[in-house]
Amino acid sequence: MKAMFKFLKNCMLLVIAVLMVTAIGYAEAPKKGGDFVAIYQPGSLPAHFNCGIKSGAAIAFPGAQIFASLVEIDDKWKPIPYLAKSWEISEDGETYTFHLVEDAVFHDGQPVTSEDVAFSLEIVKENHPFGAYMFEVVDRVKTPDKHTVVIELDDPSPALMMALSPALMPILPKHVYGDGQPIRTHPANAKPIGCGPFKLAKFEPGEYFILERNPNYFRKGLPYLDRIIGRVVDDINAAIITMKQGKGHSLGYLNDPHKIKILKKSKNLKLYSAGYEGIAATYFLEFNLRRDTFKDVRVRQAIAYAMDLDFITKKLHMGFTRKATGPIHSKTLFYTDQVKTYPLDLEKANQLLDEAGFPRKDDGMRFSATLEWFPGSDMKNVAEYLKPQLKKVGIDIQLKAPAGFLPWMMRIGNWKHDLTLNNYFMWGDPMIGVHRIFHSGNIRKQVWTNTSGYKNRKVDKLLEAAAEEMDFEKRKALYAEFQRIISEDLPLYFTYEAPYHTAYHKDLRNVPIPSIWGAATPNDKIYWKNGRAPR
Amino acid sequence: MGILLAFVRKIIYSLLLLIAVIILNFLLIHLAPGDPVDTLVGEMGGATPELVAKIRAEYGLDKDFFEQLSTYIGKVARGNLGNSYTFNQPVTRIIFHRLPATVLLVVSALLIALFFGTLLGIMAAQKPDSLFSHFVTVFSLTSFSAPVFWTGIMLLILFSYYIPIFPSFGMSTVGLEGPLIVRMFDTLKHLFLPAITLSSIYLAAYSRIARASMMDVLGSDYIRTARAKGLSRKVVVYKHALKNALLPVVTLVGLQLSQIVAGAVVVETVFSWPGIGSIAFKSILRRDYTLLLGILFFSTVIVVIANLITDLTYRILDPRIK
Repeated sequence: MKAMFKFLKNCMLLVIAVLMVTAIGYAEAPKKGGDFVAIYQPGSLPAHFNCGIKSGAAIAFPGAQIFASLVEIDDKWKPIPYLAKSWEISEDGETYTFHLVEDAVFHDGQPVTSEDVAFSLEIVKENHPFGAYMFEVVDRVKTPDKHTVVIELDDPSPALMMALSPALMPILPKHVYGDGQPIRTHPANAKPIGCGPFKLAKFEPGEYFILERNPNYFRKGLPYLDRIIGRVVDDINAAIITMKQGKGHSLGYLNDPHKIKILKKSKNLKLYSAGYEGIAATYFLEFNLRRDTFKDVRVRQAIAYAMDLDFITKKLHMGFTRKATGPIHSKTLFYTDQVKTYPLDLEKANQLLDEAGFPRKDDGMRFSATLEWFPGSDMKNVAEYLKPQLKKVGIDIQLKAPAGFLPWMMRIGNWKHDLTLNNYFMWGDPMIGVHRIFHSGNIRKQVWTNTSGYKNRKVDKLLEAAAEEMDFEKRKALYAEFQRIISEDLPLYFTYEAPYHTAYHKDLRNVPIPSIWGAATPNDKIYWKNGRAPR
Repeated sequence: MGILLAFVRKIIYSLLLLIAVIILNFLLIHLAPGDPVDTLVGEMGGATPELVAKIRAEYGLDKDFFEQLSTYIGKVARGNLGNSYTFNQPVTRIIFHRLPATVLLVVSALLIALFFGTLLGIMAAQKPDSLFSHFVTVFSLTSFSAPVFWTGIMLLILFSYYIPIFPSFGMSTVGLEGPLIVRMFDTLKHLFLPAITLSSIYLAAYSRIARASMMDVLGSDYIRTARAKGLSRKVVVYKHALKNALLPVVTLVGLQLSQIVAGAVVVETVFSWPGIGSIAFKSILRRDYTLLLGILFFSTVIVVIANLITDLTYRILDPRIK
């Protein structure tokens, strides 16, 4: 009898469970429709949409909606089929064969063929700021038939798949962009034709753009949204108000702790720090190694020991940043924490400075140095903190506030700095974002190159080997050694990682988008809970 | 005949002024470190030196200063203000597209400031020691001293967030469709806060001047005569005294017009108002030479025209001027 009841009870539970799952599944089936308003921070609306010739977060978002690419990258760093439905890589890693989807068409109705892919790769290689870093290794691109692309490399390149992302290698129609007009001023940059989930409906430069659903998108049934509207709001306070009102549905690249806090309090919004792993912004203090004061590694290490990273991350940045340990971002694949770190130790700092031959003079100071920073409130705070903090070990810091982004950029580019705070983006693979900062062959008069003047043949060799190493574990070991050396040598002292945040409206589904590129990837699977934007 | 000659002379001076302004602005902008290519490179997060040189040559920025200046003046003389580096469009097209928005804002703000400013001033002048008069004084001082972007943001927070009556940015709701009357109403809704903000400084100034000027006029002999004749207070003030009291206000408007256009830059930025003020600010930050020079050129033209109109208004109001 008891057994019978138990059996019946279990059956009931099972039936209820099945009904519930069905109900939930039904209620949460993606609904088509609605406008999605993405708010751009002041000054950032792109001037055109051709992300093949221009980089930057602003252009990557609409670019990735208008143009498709061979693959997408998911949040586990794995490539997933997009315009390329499958691919093979040869044993020696030097030949990639991609098979394209066969029924993809551009927004003007013309079919997408391998010719367009080959054309796009050339354009990006020649004109994109990272074109050389990404595709120099490409020897040639063959198009045996309309839907097959063969990329032949000089050497194996582990970063190649990463470079085929929507934001980095958009597929441009040859019949539009290859008509002989110079690509940089081509009229189709502002009136783009691509094969992505959305096409451009209206563009008011400096104000907004409207993208509408591509009815012939090759991923059937997608996208769910009717329109994506990109709107720039010139004042950050007005942008926050718009988000809190629920009239703006996403605002990204938030890194000011005060603003993040304000948005977090809003009932309409949800904040996420995911989606920036591809960008991987890492912040550091850079030493100009040409200065006599900074030639000795003991001086650099002393300064590291004198900086309290806990204070910076927990107090100055209110817990919104994380301590960094080295040149490779902790959320990326090759990160290791097996490096030398510099917990606060003023005594050791003083000792090292004495040993390095910079004794305290009569006024208690050993030497003085100027400190500048990339314009922005988070770095300004750190600079202002460093002045009194480094005074404690006898270094007289002269703060040199940037007169603007351009003047700062030109000073650093011309190596006029002693010390500067800065950050760089990794752009997915260390080959794209990190090598340029440390390789001795990339010492140029330009910001975001090897401006510190670091020359270490051992590091050069490690980076060159890692650039060709296809075996993941071997590559990881090479980068581990690299990170260890940098942490000892300290041409740059890595201070913190600022997890950018995105605020999304709570009624949006399938956000944050599961990709290392965040919003700069096709937004074709986002939908509104009720099939339309909230009133 | 005298008026016509004076007019023609004014126009010639204005043209000379315009040319001087162009040359001066060109010089000033080029003195600032950084050019449009540096901005482009900065936005891209870096580029190879070869690419930078290539872009610079494409834009003609590798030529020397005087060559660039003469090329520019030559183009302007032919009515070509060049291409904006930021927007990749002809400067004239951008400015004409956005000019109506700024004109709408500035004219609305001016009318509000003039109307309410003088009204408040006149009312206060009639009872100079009343509570109302003191209120007008305090209010004027506060509005005048408060930085215009602060006033704007405060109004925004109050009336767009806490009491959500007005939109928080822009000139119109993006993607709004409908009959003209609906769209006009939508624009008015968007116009309200920025116009009030821009008018706040000048409202204060005009009310003070109107009050002082009216008090002055009300104390004069011919006014006392009119009252003695038995005319009502209202008729005396609004029919006889007003015209004379207004003269200093009109002068002030003429003098301050250039300031209002400048104030529009800040207000347009706070409210994302799509006029030439907001792109003026942007073009400085981005060293967009052609766009900035085009905007400065137009602002000068506006101020010159406005001063001519002020002059005319003066002649109408004051029969003493021939």
